Parts: sequence; structure tokens; C-alpha cells
Amino acid sequence: MTSTTPASSPVEHYDLRINGSDHRVDDAWIGESLLFVLRERLGLPGAKGACEQGECGSCTVIMDGEAVCSCLVLAASAVGSEITTVEGLSPKDGTLSDVQTAMMHAGAVQCGFCTPGLVVAIEHLLTQRPDPTRHEIREALSGNLCRCTGYGRILSAVETAIAIRQAERPAP
Amino acid sequence: MSTDVITGVRRGTLGTSALRPDAPAKVQGRFAFSSDLWAENALWGATLRSPHPRATVVSIDVSAAWKIPGVETVLTADDVPGLNGYGLIVADQPVFAPVGSDVLYAGQPIAAVAADHPDTARRALDAIRVEYRVLTPLTDPHACLDDATEAIHPDGNVFRHQRVICGDPDVTGVYQVEGEYEMGMQDQAFLGLEAAMALPDPDGRGVELYIATQWLHEDRRQIAACLDLSEEQVRLVLGGVGGAFGAREDISLQVHTCLLALRTQRPIRMHYSREESFYGHVHRHPARIWMRHHADADGHLVKVEARFVLDGGAYASTSPAVLINAVTHAQGPYRCPNAVVDGYAVRTNNPPCGAMRGFGVVQACFAHEMQMERLADVCGLDPVELRLRNAMATGDTLITGQVVRNVAPVERCLRETADIPLPSPLAADADPLDLPGGAGLTTRSHHVRRGIGWGVSIKNLMYSEGFDDFATARCRLRNGVATVKFATAEVGQGFVVLAQQIARSVLGVDEVVLDPIDTGIGSAGSTSASRQTWMSGGAVDAACQAVRNQLLAHVAAEHGHDVEDLDIAGTDIVHRDRDWSISVADATRDRDFDETVEYHHPPTEELDENGQGDCHVAFAFVAHRAVVDVDVELGTVNVVQIATAQDVGRALNPLSVIGQIEGGIAQGLGLALMEEIVVENGLVKNASFTDYLLPTVLDTSDVIARLVEDPDPLAPMGAKGVGEPPCISVTPAIANAVRNALGRDVWRVPIRPLELIENPVGSSH
Repeated sequence: MTSTTPASSPVEHYDLRINGSDHRVDDAWIGESLLFVLRERLGLPGAKGACEQGECGSCTVIMDGEAVCSCLVLAASAVGSEITTVEGLSPKDGTLSDVQTAMMHAGAVQCGFCTPGLVVAIEHLLTQRPDPTRHEIREALSGNLCRCTGYGRILSAVETAIAIRQAERPAP
Repeated sequence: MSTDVITGVRRGTLGTSALRPDAPAKVQGRFAFSSDLWAENALWGATLRSPHPRATVVSIDVSAAWKIPGVETVLTADDVPGLNGYGLIVADQPVFAPVGSDVLYAGQPIAAVAADHPDTARRALDAIRVEYRVLTPLTDPHACLDDATEAIHPDGNVFRHQRVICGDPDVTGVYQVEGEYEMGMQDQAFLGLEAAMALPDPDGRGVELYIATQWLHEDRRQIAACLDLSEEQVRLVLGGVGGAFGAREDISLQVHTCLLALRTQRPIRMHYSREESFYGHVHRHPARIWMRHHADADGHLVKVEARFVLDGGAYASTSPAVLINAVTHAQGPYRCPNAVVDGYAVRTNNPPCGAMRGFGVVQACFAHEMQMERLADVCGLDPVELRLRNAMATGDTLITGQVVRNVAPVERCLRETADIPLPSPLAADADPLDLPGGAGLTTRSHHVRRGIGWGVSIKNLMYSEGFDDFATARCRLRNGVATVKFATAEVGQGFVVLAQQIARSVLGVDEVVLDPIDTGIGSAGSTSASRQTWMSGGAVDAACQAVRNQLLAHVAAEHGHDVEDLDIAGTDIVHRDRDWSISVADATRDRDFDETVEYHHPPTEELDENGQGDCHVAFAFVAHRAVVDVDVELGTVNVVQIATAQDVGRALNPLSVIGQIEGGIAQGLGLALMEEIVVENGLVKNASFTDYLLPTVLDTSDVIARLVEDPDPLAPMGAKGVGEPPCISVTPAIANAVRNALGRDVWRVPIRPLELIENPVGSSH
């Protein structure tokens, strides 16, 4: 899958490191966001665009260990960074991660447009803080808008995922 | 698993919280939303819009746009082969504004382009030169009621006027409460922006459109008329829909995308930005509502008087239907023998308004529930007691003369909500995130006042006033696998899992395949008006029941039984009296059973000039109690808890019902406290998610919900629609809680910070 190059604009060629492998980006307009390049040039449509201003979190990816809005990152400036998208958080065998399973079972998925961004944000939170408090969870997810669920089932999914990881953790 | 075994309920059947089939793809980011669709050789479409709320289009010069490399076509009104107009009720909105005509709102489409890249398309739009003669916009809806005001459209400035006169208009009550209320313009703010992909037929005489919509067949009717094609030449396929809430009921980019594809003979992808989305779809009607309630010495309602002015903006959309919902719900879920209600939906040069979750009832409910709380004070009654004394029940007559035949558990909704424990008082050492304003605005507890408020509502289900919004479904059964087809728009609500649950329960199968959702079957009607569980659910149920009857007749003949003696238990066909059975899988081995059914609700009537008539199909009810903390120094509110009991008939999928309740409450909370499209002189001032505020997880509260299950004998499977009621009365419940905290009346939502502050800067302390 490639997107057309605009006929009248300067173009760039660069490599991005995404989900553990290198991806060549050819003939891209320099002004393209990381979100656009992921979706339109690299066949990774999991990150979604809903506001173009970093307000909704639907396009959340992990970049060098930080959760960022890929709509606010210039793709050409992400060269050399380690990027993880929702596609990279799904087990290779087609099964679901614990966070994904918890989201599904808790009823946290309705239209699903915010879901990939939330999966990334929750994964990032639990990596940074394996045992977050209720307030820390709410603060960490306050950058991800959901218009369908009212967030109740999403919070329930996070609590389930935390419990699963606590149970799996070896006793100190 | 243990629950299934203990209760004897088979996994995935009706009444269980079956998991939706699209969830795995959605959590993995694999689910294809309409914005994810892609085709070889596709071009990008984009729309040029008027910057003026009212202006005459003097000339359009597209020559410079054509010269930009990568631009493949530029279209204006001259390129519309069919009717240059669309609209759900009246086709009064032009596809493109022609030269010589007036644009009537800022954002009205003028032209469209197709180009090789979104940025090329953007530059092509910039290159189109449009000369306007700017006119003074009509932005005050009340001016539309004045005959002296110049008409801004040949159809006039009033979309509809409707009154409801019931009983004795001159009767008065000992207690009277009067007020004028205002509601701002709310946006549906679905996350999945408008997006479509159109593929032209190779012969150029047809088009296939992948579209995020609420009603495929209605879109097709309007598109075909604009393209001058037959409906058969226009095929629609549902692209993954990222939420809807009413905003996808009207045409937005459908016609433009198809026109560009037919002209260029290449696939066209068209995506709105968030800013364009605010201009590209209709919003909730802003309203001014005056109400006067009369009660007798015991607090029984004697009469309700009301006057509604709804600003419909520039084009009709569904304004006439929104208006009748408002005026016919003015009494709320209460018995009221006398009424004088008057309502207008008017045309202005503000953004067009139409469907949004709650559809006119949100406006009516806000006013009548603020009134009820004030009436309770005047009567010296507890707000719950006043509502209980007036609570509607099955068999009561509405102010339209229509008798409520549905289950009407208003009293039970009130009592079950009241039974939910109140939250603990705010602790002196509460975490900042639990205080109004959250982490960013540290407050001190002595500025915080707690308040409790109530809201109760009645909501009509399905379309009204004689409209036959039927639904169609097909069911096939072979080798123990059911395949179900429908054109029902899945917008996130979960109809896809409900359809599977119905088929499993009726047919005794575990595996249910869902065919693609497209126009390859009859209409399902719109995913709106809380109607798809009842209507499309009714159609799927009826189609599955028809297949089941075929199957049992076949098995009876094959095995020498009387069909009356056969039943389906679990996944087996069993004889009621004998020890005989055959599995559904074996009975359908290499044999097809296939039925298509249309489900119609009973007919309704149009209202007469006095607003009398059986205009609605059915009703659902809900109660909300809100607890809020208000910081009267900073002007901030924290919603602590929402308690609710909702009349659902029967919860076919309890997890889905809870999802609708919690999601609807968040939208009603947004309307109460933060969500408003600010329009000045016809111009939207906050067309972005930076400036249009939506509730985040820090703004929403704990929700404690009780499902009031009393299966409705009139509803297929006993289940009522549950989508709209949650967002309706929660808004006045929160506003009443704020009123209770402040100790003074609230007249408007969203409530603005300045209205909350006790001693604004500059006033004496």
C-alpha cells in the first residue's frame, strides 16, 4: 500500500523503525505527519485520526518509551526513533494481549474508533506503573476521548488487566 | 462459563452479555473504518465551503485550480446531473450552491475537487476564486416569528409550527411555576470523522459507495436523485462507522464523493477533518423554552403551558420532526389533564440542526425537569414525592390524546433510583482529582458545595406521525449454521451481537454468520430513535422464527411427527412428549432454509392542528439522580455520582445496555456542563476538539445503574430501545443538582463557569 506523491511538492525518502522492523518511506511529502505515513504509506491503519490537534488520543503510539499523538509528530522527524503502534502490541499468533482481552470482555468496545489509541495508552501506563491507583489510571487516560462508553467499562478493563498482571507476577 | 452452566442459559443467547463479533478486530486495530478503506489508483476528494453565513454567489472561477498538477477534476453546481438538492424531509439543501443563488450558512458547499494527494486537494480549493455579495445574516431565531422579517429562503423562515391544546386551556392551579430556559447547540462529536470511498462502475453508469452512515437506503434514495441514476445503479456498503449519535442521518459527503468518482472514473476517498466535520453535519437544535406549570394544593399537575423556539439553522433536515417530539413531550412522564403548548422550528443563517440522540425530547425534558424541581419547592414537597404523585402509568392519556399502552414503570424507576445509596460526603483531605476542577485547578474544600438533583423522562421510540419505518432481515440455515443479512447500520451500538443472539436463541445454533451490511436487501430504517433493537431486532427475530417454522415442518414430515409436538431445546429439535430428538445441525444437513421478512410497527397518525393524534409508536422511561460538588469561587463542577433506573423492557444483552446507559450519561453530562458550539453572527467560533469541550475520563462520574426489567408485551422479545433515554434526563438532573448546591435557579445549559461563581471578581465580598 502506498499513497500517491503530490505532483508539485518536494519529496523525501527516509526509514522509520516501527514495531521492531525498518520501514522505507519513499517519495513522501515532507509535511506529512507520522499518523498519515503510518496509515497511508506503511499499511498500518491501527492509529486513527479524529482531531489533528493532539486532543483525542485516537492516534496514540509509543515513541522511545513515551505515549505520543502521532498526528503531532512530523514523520520525517521520527527517523531514528523506536515506534510501537497497536499492531505491534498484538501477539504475532493472532491472539489478543491481556489488555485487548480485558477491553473486549469488559464491554469497553462500542464503535471502536478510540480503542486502538486506548490499548496503546493503557499498555504504556501499565509498563510505566504496574500498580497504578484509581487516580493515576484516570489521569493517564484523560488524553484519550471516547464518545460511546462514558469510560466506565474502560476503567473496568484496566482494573482487570492490572489484576491479571498482578496474578502473573512472581511473588517478591 | 460457570454462569452459563448454573443458569442453564446457553452461551451467546438472548439475555446473556454475549461478546460482540467485531471486538477482536477493534482491539487489534484491524477493524476497517470507512476512513481506512483504500483502493488502487484512488484520488482524494475535498470540498470548498462558503466562509459567509449569508451571501449571494456572484461568480465562481475554477481555472486556477485546474492548472495545479495532480488536480484531476473540479466540480460545481453545473456538474450535478440530477436534482441539485437533498434533505431527509425536504430536498432544500443544494449539492453545490449555484452562481446567482444565496448560500445560507457558513460552511455550505460550493465546489469539490479530486486530486492525487490531500495537500494538492487543499491547494486546489485555495485556488478557486468565488465572488460573493455578502448579505446580513438572520441569526436571531425569534426574529423569524416576526412576519416583518425578510424571508431568507423561498420556503420561508418557519420550518414548522405546531401547537398542542388539551383539556381546558383556561384552568389554573393554586401553585404556579414559570420560567424561560435556554439550551446551547450540542455536537454529536463522534470520533470517526465523515469518510467515504466511491468506486465508479466500469461502464460509467453506476457507482458503489462505502460509507459510514445511519441509514443506507435513505442515503441511496437521495444520492440517486442527485446523480440522475436509478436506485439500482447506486449500491451502498456500510464502511466501519466510528459513532453516529444522529450526525450521520443527513447527507454530508455522499453525493460529492460519488460525483467525483463518476466524473474521474477513478476511486475517490473523501475524509473530513474535525473542523470540516463541525460544518459538514447537523447539530442539536439550540432552544429557548418558556414553561408554566400549574398544580393543585396536593401537588398534582393541573396544566402545563409551554412555548418552544428551536433554531433549525439554514436547511430543514429533520427540524419538523424534532419540533413535534419537543411539543408532544412537554408534559414529561407525568399525568397532566390540561395543556397549551406552542412550538416553532425556524430557519436562520446559523449552522443547520437536525438529529441528535434524544431528538427534541432533550430540550423539552430540560425545561420540564427544571420546572418540577422548582414546583416541588413551591408546593413544599420533596422532589421525588412530587414526581411520584404525578408519575404516569400504563393506560394514562397524553396531552396529544394518545393512550400510553406500553409498560410505563415511572414510579418504579423513581423508587429504584432513590434506593441507590448516596455517595459519602467530600472528605476534608480529598485527592485533588476528586475536587471540582481536578488536578489543574486546586480548590479548597470550604468553597465546595454539594448538591443533589433529579431528572425523569419519557421518550418515544421509532419514527412518528404515520411514517412506516419498517425493517428487513433475511435468515438462512444450513448444516447447523445460520446466516443473517440486514441493512441495519452498526454504528457502535452492538446490533451485530444482538442479531447473533436472536438467531442462536430462536434456531438452536451456535454459529451465526453475518452477511455484509449493504443495500443488497430491503431497508432496515435508520439507526436512530432508539429503534433498531425493536425494528431490526423484530425483523431478525421474525425471519429466524419463519426459518424455524420451516425447519420444524420439514422435520415433522421427515420423521412422522406432528409439528405441534416439536420444539427446539438447546441445539436439538425435541419431541415434547416422547424421548426423541435430532440436532439442528443434523436436521439441516445439506438442506437450505431461507426466509426474508419485513417487520412493521403498528401505524401511527399525523397530529391535527391542535396537536391531537396517536402520533408515536411506543415509549420508554428513565430516572436520574445527580450528586455534584460545585466550587463557587472557581466556577467548577465535579459530578460525583449519577444514579439511574431505566425502563428497558428486557435486557437482551445486559453489558450492551450498561454501555448505552453509561455512554448516554456522559453525553448528557457534557451538555449540562461543557459542550456547546459557540456561534456568533452565524460563524462557528470553536470548530475543534481544543475548543469544543468533550467529557474526558476525569469529567465523568461513577454511574450506578439499575435495569428496570418488565418485558413489554408490545415489543418484539419484550425489549425496548435503550439508546436515547440515558442522555435525556441526566442533563436536568445535573443542572438541578447545581441549583441545589448554589441555592439559586439555573436557566441554561451548558452552565457556564461565571454562572457558578458566588462573588465574581469586582463584586463586594
